[in-house]
Amino acid sequence: MTHIFALLVTLLLVLPAAGQAAGEGSYGYPIPGSYAATIMGTPEQLRIEKPKNLSMKELVLDVYPERKKPDLFFYDDGLVCNFAYQKKKAPLAFLIAGTGSDHNSDKLQYMTYGLYKAGYHVITLSSPTHSNFIVSASKECVPGDLTADAADLYKVMEKAWETVKDDIEVSDFFLAGYSLGGTQAAYVAKLDDERKTFNFRKVVMVNPAVNLYESVQRIEALLDGIPGGPRKLGVFFNRMLDKFTEFYKAGDFIDINNQFLYAVYKAGLVSEDEAGGIIALSFRIGSAGMIFTSDVMTNSGYVVPKNRVLQASDSLADYFRVSVRLSYLDYFEEYFLPYMQKKRPGLTREQLKAELSLKHIEGYLKGNPKFAAMLNENDFIIDDADRAYLKQLFGERSKVYPRGGHLGNLEYRQNMVDMVDFLTILEDKGGAK
Amino acid sequence: MNKPGSILMGFLLIIALAAQLSGCATTMANLPPEEPAMHTVAEFADDEKMLFVDDPWIGFNKRMYTFNFYADKYVILPVVRGYEFITPEFAQDGVSNFFNNIGEIKTFYNALLQAKGMKTLNALGRFVTNSTIGIGGLFDVATHMGMQRQPEDFGQTLGVWGVGSGPYVVLPVLGPNTARSTTGLVVDTGARIAMMNAIDPFGNVDNGSTIEAGVTTLEFIDARHQQKFQYYKSHYPFEYFMVRYLYKQQREFAIMK
Repeated sequence: MTHIFALLVTLLLVLPAAGQAAGEGSYGYPIPGSYAATIMGTPEQLRIEKPKNLSMKELVLDVYPERKKPDLFFYDDGLVCNFAYQKKKAPLAFLIAGTGSDHNSDKLQYMTYGLYKAGYHVITLSSPTHSNFIVSASKECVPGDLTADAADLYKVMEKAWETVKDDIEVSDFFLAGYSLGGTQAAYVAKLDDERKTFNFRKVVMVNPAVNLYESVQRIEALLDGIPGGPRKLGVFFNRMLDKFTEFYKAGDFIDINNQFLYAVYKAGLVSEDEAGGIIALSFRIGSAGMIFTSDVMTNSGYVVPKNRVLQASDSLADYFRVSVRLSYLDYFEEYFLPYMQKKRPGLTREQLKAELSLKHIEGYLKGNPKFAAMLNENDFIIDDADRAYLKQLFGERSKVYPRGGHLGNLEYRQNMVDMVDFLTILEDKGGAK
Repeated sequence: MNKPGSILMGFLLIIALAAQLSGCATTMANLPPEEPAMHTVAEFADDEKMLFVDDPWIGFNKRMYTFNFYADKYVILPVVRGYEFITPEFAQDGVSNFFNNIGEIKTFYNALLQAKGMKTLNALGRFVTNSTIGIGGLFDVATHMGMQRQPEDFGQTLGVWGVGSGPYVVLPVLGPNTARSTTGLVVDTGARIAMMNAIDPFGNVDNGSTIEAGVTTLEFIDARHQQKFQYYKSHYPFEYFMVRYLYKQQREFAIMK
């Protein structure tokens, strides 16, 4: 998925030249705008570099050997993970991807580079919202419940550890995740405190959501800024593409590459509203996969007629058209909430919303020296109250960067150094607190 | 995936096999009756389609897409991975550079046919530089000297002269194409065979045809080695549409330049 996403975002890439404010303090991440940083990430020359000696292979975990997978997903042999291994005794870090992303997402790759350079073994996990996870590793195939997703993740980690433990020597276990994966990491750590398979020494959350429902609301709201609103997603996409094509035609570009992207950025081709729309759209493209996959797995009749058996050769065009136009909020109201209520009679909507939050396990997290959080001042999936909350929750083990949007600065060299520091150096400091 | 070459000829057998395979259809029996879904496409008729590409042969294409997945999984990728395992990385790069350099000939005549002076000169410059300083094409020194690789093929030439792309088609093994790019592939392959016959590089060698077959095989392996895409690797259920759209878009962009 990563590459297709990257390509798609690349194709769409259009950025607002947001206000020039870079250079405050000593933080060198250059892109001031929140949306611009989110879309562009870190300029190539400032990213953490791939270690030269990286030894990595894929693990394919058959988590539910008895599961009969629908014919449509014939290509799914199990949950795919990346496994980067050191040739000596070393700590092992598990990494959890953000919404809709897989084990091989760019962000997880950069985190792997940072940790591998610092001498860690690394295993990367797809998000429980990713199709491969839903089909192969999700117990109930209905992602969104932090407690259930954490249990699924934990089972996968145990399976992965089972698979590799004879091949590597491990000193300690660590855990990190970005975005939704960061929020999930907290729940996984809590579960680990009960089950004690890993006894995670440290857990780092990079740009986590505090309350999932509210974060989703903020992302969905970005579509209100496009002409005609969320109902005109297709019109918006096509218009962006036209604009982009014109720019490409007129310019002296050889390829659709970073140089081109930067030119688009410099030209200020697209408004702030449009940049927000692009972010929400790429989010929707991810959620479309989640909604459709979950529906097929559970035969719920949400976007695919109940009892219809799809084959690999069937066109899924109409399902795509529908799924991409449903928001996470639709998913919550029409699919997830009824499902949870069936499971737990008496559960109210407000109760469920409140449960999808770090605040729900606040007692566990507060002052817990195990946790650290990396935040951005202009990350739009949380608000200032959330930022203040996280700062108060983790104290000196939280770090707030002045810019970076949502995850834009994750692969920035300094951030990766800080992440590794959080896991290792701060250990004593955190313990003393 | 759509790297042409004399390889095309070698896959007639696979095409025949694929045609057979595409004949099977699963029949379903004894299922409870269908019930309509909560959301249907009719609700969203007021919006334009997204990522839309006309695809009249979608039934065939999706079967080929699946066929290619299996061909990759059980035949092609194991061979490519074996090659990557036994060959040192610098040698792999040398092989890629070598075949890319031969590809400059194709770029050269197509750029010429498109009346693109700079591109024609660039291809010529790259070929001459890499063939000499780059020791027969093993090293891509031209790129370091500022001559970027800008591949052209006959499909693009047709596009430049206003020939429409025709329907999208997923070819066995070669993957995403259009009717136009497939025509281009055939023409470029024909040109290649004609040139090889004229030059006959292995004519004076014993077992020349065996060597030629070996070189062709290596070229095919290298082409797959250079191609990072893998069918269904994204696990995204709508990958087919993404790939189709991105392929078409990328071709349109290539033709613009």
